[in-house]
Amino acid sequence: MKRTRLIFSGSGGQGVITAAIILAEAAVIHEGMNATQSQSYGAAARGGATRSDVIISNDIIYYPEVNQANILVCLTQESYNTYASLVRPGGFVITDSKYVQIAKKVDAKQIEVPMYESVMAQIGKPIVFNICMLGALLGITEFLKPTSVMKIVETRIPEDFIQMNQEALDLGMELGAQYTRF
Amino acid sequence: MNNNIKFIQGNEACVEGALYAGINFFAGYPITPSTEVAELLSSRLPEKGGKFIQMEDEIASMCAIIGASLTGHKVMTATSGPGFSLKQEALGYACMAEIPCVIVNVQRGGPSTGNPTHVSQGDVNQAKWGTHGDHSIIALTASNHQDVFAMTVDAFNLAETYRTPVILLFDEVVGHMREKLVVPEKGDIPLVERLRTSVRKGVDYHPYLPREDGRLPMSDFGAEHRYNVTGLFHDMWGFPSNNPKVVRELLHHIVDKIDNNVHTITRYKEHYLEGAEYIMISYGSSARSAIHLARSRRARGEKVGVLELQSIWPFPETLIREKCAGARAVIVVEMNMGQVMRHVKAAVDKPERVFLANRIDGKLITPTNIKTLLRVIQGRGV
Repeated sequence: MKRTRLIFSGSGGQGVITAAIILAEAAVIHEGMNATQSQSYGAAARGGATRSDVIISNDIIYYPEVNQANILVCLTQESYNTYASLVRPGGFVITDSKYVQIAKKVDAKQIEVPMYESVMAQIGKPIVFNICMLGALLGITEFLKPTSVMKIVETRIPEDFIQMNQEALDLGMELGAQYTRF
Repeated sequence: MNNNIKFIQGNEACVEGALYAGINFFAGYPITPSTEVAELLSSRLPEKGGKFIQMEDEIASMCAIIGASLTGHKVMTATSGPGFSLKQEALGYACMAEIPCVIVNVQRGGPSTGNPTHVSQGDVNQAKWGTHGDHSIIALTASNHQDVFAMTVDAFNLAETYRTPVILLFDEVVGHMREKLVVPEKGDIPLVERLRTSVRKGVDYHPYLPREDGRLPMSDFGAEHRYNVTGLFHDMWGFPSNNPKVVRELLHHIVDKIDNNVHTITRYKEHYLEGAEYIMISYGSSARSAIHLARSRRARGEKVGVLELQSIWPFPETLIREKCAGARAVIVVEMNMGQVMRHVKAAVDKPERVFLANRIDGKLITPTNIKTLLRVIQGRGV
């Protein structure tokens, strides 16, 4: 893998930016790669479509923003409508099937994953929606080890919540694994 | 896992650098996009026995670090455009009274309250001329977190070496973006400590009488010696004077101690510069886009390189003239209306070959933005 460019998008409060930071940090700290993470600040971060750009590479990363994403994650319809055009032809768009109705015209492999509904059915706490999303991303792309991600999660949350996050990550992995052949 | 490897924001890398350099006093007033510097130091400084004070405003913050520095501490404050404007009067005082201190300005869009959450590099000339009167200043920049760390340590070192305020001109993109920082081991980067007077207690101490090498040993204010500090022109005791000789010599001293050492103070990096026909000059986050472009152009065999300035003041004129001597064109890449470009034009032998690639809308300039201009200059059309 030379360079993977990702855009995580959703609405403020879904944990999209936290997920982006966790993924990038896992790549740097536990997999010896380079990564940058940047995000939109300001009014857009409160309620509107939020976005975080992550680049992961073995090479030095200079320009840190993503104009053509290899992987685009959209957790709301608004973010899908806003950012769907930024995916590279042949890239992946991962959406939550409850929140996003996909359009046909996007030139990418679109994968609708029932992340929110599965989290609510099996764990019952929407707070781990973002970790389930990371699990799905890793299940589909297999480009980082889930243990690397979990080690970062453990440094960021209270001990009592680690098990729940592990379950959410595993759940996402399971959901994502179904689409690995795409 | 190596505990020295961190994945953090540029503002946090600045804090790590300040702690490495031995900061023990910070006074500030939070302002986007610099707030993380104050936020993180508010917990980290007390842990190591230092003092953190959130002041009532930026003016008081600047005054507080001046006072703390005089008592022997390594000091810093952090702000952004509007706060940097407020600090200018006291900044001039620190230049005149020769007080070591570090001022971080994480630049955002201006003038006035401007564009708080978006990037700009519009304070470059303000860093030099924001305060009135002839004076000189040191201002450093960085485009990545390893350099943010190194330049912050350097800022403390230069402040002590030259007894002067040093400005760290970062910007919103570098300040907020997260990337890797490897914190060097203790001792990897040499530190400059306060030069204190050897004059014993009870013996006359002249705070403004330079040694033979031009440096002024300090005495912790309030400790062993009584002396005066003023923003007025002053004699070797620190008392006000309007004697023409004293005025002339002091002004020369505070300007020359920096300007005569421009070669020692200049910090820069070369990226793909070997044999470059087209040279981009940039600094801070815009340098990232310039280097990105140079890397991709080089891969296609085009001789394009980047001279990254890490010190902007004192302006490295000679360096720029020498590095650009063989270039067909020089493109200054910055996010303002040509603040460094004008100084580059004044420095090079062929100013008509200096062009500006800029962006002033709060967005980080992209490699494509620069490439569009490069292609026109190369005669390859748009």
